[in-house]
Amino acid sequence: MNRRAIRKVVNLVALGLSGLATAVGLFFLGAILWTLVKNGLAGLTPRVFTAMTPPPGSSGGLLNAIYGSIVMTLIGILIGGPVGMLAGTYLAEYGRNSRISSVIRFVNDVLLSAPSIIVGLFVYELLVIRMGHFSAIAGAVALAIIAMPVTVRTTEDMLNLVPQGMKDASTAMGAYPWRTITSVVYPAARSGVVTGLLLAVARISGETAPLLFTALNNQFWSSNLLAPMANLPVVIFQFALSPYPNWQQLAWTGALIITVSILILSITARVVVARLSPAGRR
Amino acid sequence: MNSTVAAIEVKHAAGQRLRERLFRTATLVAAVLVLLVLGGVALSLLVGAWPALAHFKFSFLTREVWNPVTDQYGALAPVYGTLVTSFLALLLAIPVSFGIAIFLTELAPVWLKRPVGVAIELLAAVPSIIYGIWGLFVLAPILQAHVQPWLIKVLGPLPLIGRLFQGPPYGIGILSASFVLAIMVIPFISAVMRDVFETVPDVLKESGYGLGATTWEVIWQVVVPYARTGMIGGVMLGLGRALGETMAVTFVIGNAHRIGSSLLAPGTTISASIANEFAEAVGDLYTSSLVALGAILFLITFTVIALARYMLMRLDRRALSSV
Repeated sequence: MNRRAIRKVVNLVALGLSGLATAVGLFFLGAILWTLVKNGLAGLTPRVFTAMTPPPGSSGGLLNAIYGSIVMTLIGILIGGPVGMLAGTYLAEYGRNSRISSVIRFVNDVLLSAPSIIVGLFVYELLVIRMGHFSAIAGAVALAIIAMPVTVRTTEDMLNLVPQGMKDASTAMGAYPWRTITSVVYPAARSGVVTGLLLAVARISGETAPLLFTALNNQFWSSNLLAPMANLPVVIFQFALSPYPNWQQLAWTGALIITVSILILSITARVVVARLSPAGRR
Repeated sequence: MNSTVAAIEVKHAAGQRLRERLFRTATLVAAVLVLLVLGGVALSLLVGAWPALAHFKFSFLTREVWNPVTDQYGALAPVYGTLVTSFLALLLAIPVSFGIAIFLTELAPVWLKRPVGVAIELLAAVPSIIYGIWGLFVLAPILQAHVQPWLIKVLGPLPLIGRLFQGPPYGIGILSASFVLAIMVIPFISAVMRDVFETVPDVLKESGYGLGATTWEVIWQVVVPYARTGMIGGVMLGLGRALGETMAVTFVIGNAHRIGSSLLAPGTTISASIANEFAEAVGDLYTSSLVALGAILFLITFTVIALARYMLMRLDRRALSSV
């Protein structure tokens, strides 16, 4: 075989393998989704949304867990979102070129990929020990700390996309920077920033590790923010590892609900971004 | 009349300046809060870990024992489990991620690029607990019934590496955890690699093609050398994920505080130990030892992530300058 033929074969094999790698990646996404649908759909009855988590062996639903997840995710994003947006504004506008901004950018990137269980430990030391017990608010703060760096990053990126000319025009009319930012920059970057918030919600609504020892879990309905609160991820964790078939079934159904919601959020966010910038990849 | 207007304007200007100062301060405070959170995390871990570290001193790092009954704790088994599972996960994930990144940047037709790219990114959006139950109920039985017996039969008798593949096929254990971790970090690594590959100037690639190189030769001899730093950064980012990943591992690792010579045996990782035991830990020394594990994890991941970000930061600057 001549050299040319060998090179061609090597080329085909290598490219074939890269196609195979992509197929492997897609296969696992498909396999996971298929398992969730297969196992979760069986238990997806109206009762799931109307009844509380049951004791072993009797029937029940996930109402208190779904409620708890929504409450803690909302509080989490209501704390982490605005703080992240303001910090992102500082990085993109006031402190764009300052030294402290590059430090903050770096630290934020580290926080972005820091293990979430560490955040749980931090909030445990910060709030749970002080308060003396587990609570929904501690869980929400842990989620806020995870949502914050996501929002900082996307806000900064999105504000940077606003053309300098627009800001200059506002400044030329005598507007102070705060006026320019709130009346010109924010509206121009609105859909991008909202996307960032959606991604942050998607990220925190499935987080389990930081809730294990902050919000803990609750077998019953509770809307008291100062008490332990049920939440989907921890219920899935507890029920999936239990020996009771009805608990395991609820775990699968909960897993299906949470995954489908997160995938819908992520896809929505991507559609918004795609509409925002026709050339944008994500 | 004029003086009234002037007075209003002065008042208005003062109000504007006040709001400007308030808004500016608010953004600065929020930005500094980011620093405070990281500082707070480090500080609180140190404070929480102190009793255990003061009690066991350096031996905390070198002992394998983990016994809540006699109150003896050592970090060796979880640290070993964390490092080994992450290393194996990368071993499995790097080639696949590389292939996916190549496919997405160099091979896929335009109409396929976006859907496949999004699908891989969705793999990253799936919460880790889902990987956990999937790993426990779907993957582990398959590994136990089909893959592990084969590994034991074929690789077990080999000298040196054979020891890694001996013992009964438990299904759950170090190897299964590595497998799940690999699937989890593939989207992260391939997304970074894809972004890095896209920063390679077309002119460079076209020069390669112009000399008669095949697609693969262009990738291996032009794209990869150009993108090397960023690729390593992406791998390190994936490593950071794998080291700290909790739920997916907790389900399939088996939570056994020991260092088995076989990869098929159950083990534990730092994050799995904390997730499994923290809420039920009684006694200050027990809790503090778990926090100390967390502090070790923080130190390891912080170093890895910081290095990764540093590498990717340099890349960003270069990418910008070459545009």
